[in-house]
Amino acid sequence: MKELKIPLIKNGTVIDHITSGNAIKVLRILSIPQNLSSTVSVAINVKGHLGNKDIVKVENRELDTSEVDKIALIAPKATINIIRNYEVAEKHRVELPSEIIGIVSCSNPTCVSNYNEPVKSRFKVINKDPPQITCYYCEREPEDISERII
Amino acid sequence: MDFQGRDIISIKDFSKNEINFILNNAEKMVVYAKGKKYLNNLKGHILSSLFFEPSTRTRLSFESSMNRLGGRVIGFADPTATSQKKGESLADTIRMADSYSDAIVIRHPQEGAARLAAEFAEVPVLNAGDGAGRHPTQCLLDLFTIKSEKKKIEGNNIVLLGDLKYGRTVHSLAYALSLYGVHLTFVSPDSLKMPNEVLNECEELGVQPKYTSNLEKSIKNADVLYVTRIQKERFPDAEEYNQVVGAYKVDKNLLKNARKNLVIMHPLPRITEIDPEIDKTSHALYFKQAFNGVPVRMALLSLVLGGKL
Ligand SMILES: Nc1ncnc2c1ncn2[C@@H]1O[C@H](COP(=O)(O)OP(=O)(O)OP(=O)(O)O)[C@@H](O)[C@H]1O
Ligand SMILES: [Mg+2]
Ligand SMILES: [Zn+2]
Repeated sequence: MKELKIPLIKNGTVIDHITSGNAIKVLRILSIPQNLSSTVSVAINVKGHLGNKDIVKVENRELDTSEVDKIALIAPKATINIIRNYEVAEKHRVELPSEIIGIVSCSNPTCVSNYNEPVKSRFKVINKDPPQITCYYCEREPEDISERII
Repeated sequence: MDFQGRDIISIKDFSKNEINFILNNAEKMVVYAKGKKYLNNLKGHILSSLFFEPSTRTRLSFESSMNRLGGRVIGFADPTATSQKKGESLADTIRMADSYSDAIVIRHPQEGAARLAAEFAEVPVLNAGDGAGRHPTQCLLDLFTIKSEKKKIEGNNIVLLGDLKYGRTVHSLAYALSLYGVHLTFVSPDSLKMPNEVLNECEELGVQPKYTSNLEKSIKNADVLYVTRIQKERFPDAEEYNQVVGAYKVDKNLLKNARKNLVIMHPLPRITEIDPEIDKTSHALYFKQAFNGVPVRMALLSLVLGGKL
């Protein structure tokens, strides 16, 4: 198998096993390219042993939990590899918690959570892969989760 | 079973056992609801009745229930008179009601409003309808009506007719009836079919609803016909609306082949779905159903406020 030629990074994060085609959404979650201070490389539709996948490599950055939860919503099989001194220092599978707060907005325009109330949006996770969530307030399921990520 | 302090937001928050417990207590309340005997178990308690959206039956029956139990009611039936109009959040209005009363009943146009209210209130919150969302006390009074009329809920052939897509009451009713194992038939125009989520819920509970657009056939073996209103706004033009309304009108002619003990229910208000000539027949159960809102809500208020039963 041919190896893909992306320069190694010294420190940073490799998001691997992203659902093929969703790398762009991962970039959006990480506010790239608006929020750019170092090199980012993206591979789309790479052959992997479990079918095709996308990969995103971000130099000099580690992700916070809400970013990881957002990635879990659009790429439930992704792994987060933390690279330190060229080596994979930590590897985590993304995993949705049973409830997600403040990271997705409800797609129901008449849901109380979309009005001026002192609450954050709140969803119950009813399935992790493929991700399925229902609004704690109105009990609806967003039609397209990736469109609702805050 | 301890209900004191509990919120009544969605029928799904309750197990079948808990629902049965509520229905049994409602049964005990019937004599008091009729005013034949007096109960004073909520004396000294105050209920906030917050209706951000118009309602006749639900509001009056809640207020009647509280009064029948010796409690008192504060609140409003018209939100234009409140500071919500000035842009106050629902959360703040609820904080006020929470400090002025011992329980809160809320009807609100936004889905999830009652759930939000319960987050900000220490006292129990009873959902009297949130937008196109839930309306658990209607569901309970529907179950109570079927149970008192048919002795039990299990095993009945129940036809749900009308707007099954947007109708607020039929979704939770279909779910709740499935807890009891009934035979369900859904009758609606194609554009107003029961959503798949609801269908799946019924199936998960072991009920396989039948679907038809032919009302006459479906009614033959029915024990209960539950009629809902079809709203004009749902149709692109008046002609289509008139056609549908004509096809689903319940009148004497339709009932020719019905079982003698078929009962007809309707959450009311009805417009033209049920011919007034049905009112005088033994099939008509909708006025009794509306009355049943009182004993059911009396039971709920007593339970969540810890009044003696
Ligand atoms: N220094 C680095 N710079 C850039 N990418 C790296 C670096 N080290 C590892 N990677 C990439 O990070 C991902 C995880 O590396 P790892 O060595 O754990 O591979 P793996 O054993 O195939 O892991 P997995 O079983 O998760 O697929 C791979 O896509 C790899 O190409
Ligand atoms: Mg690999
Ligand atoms: Zn919602």
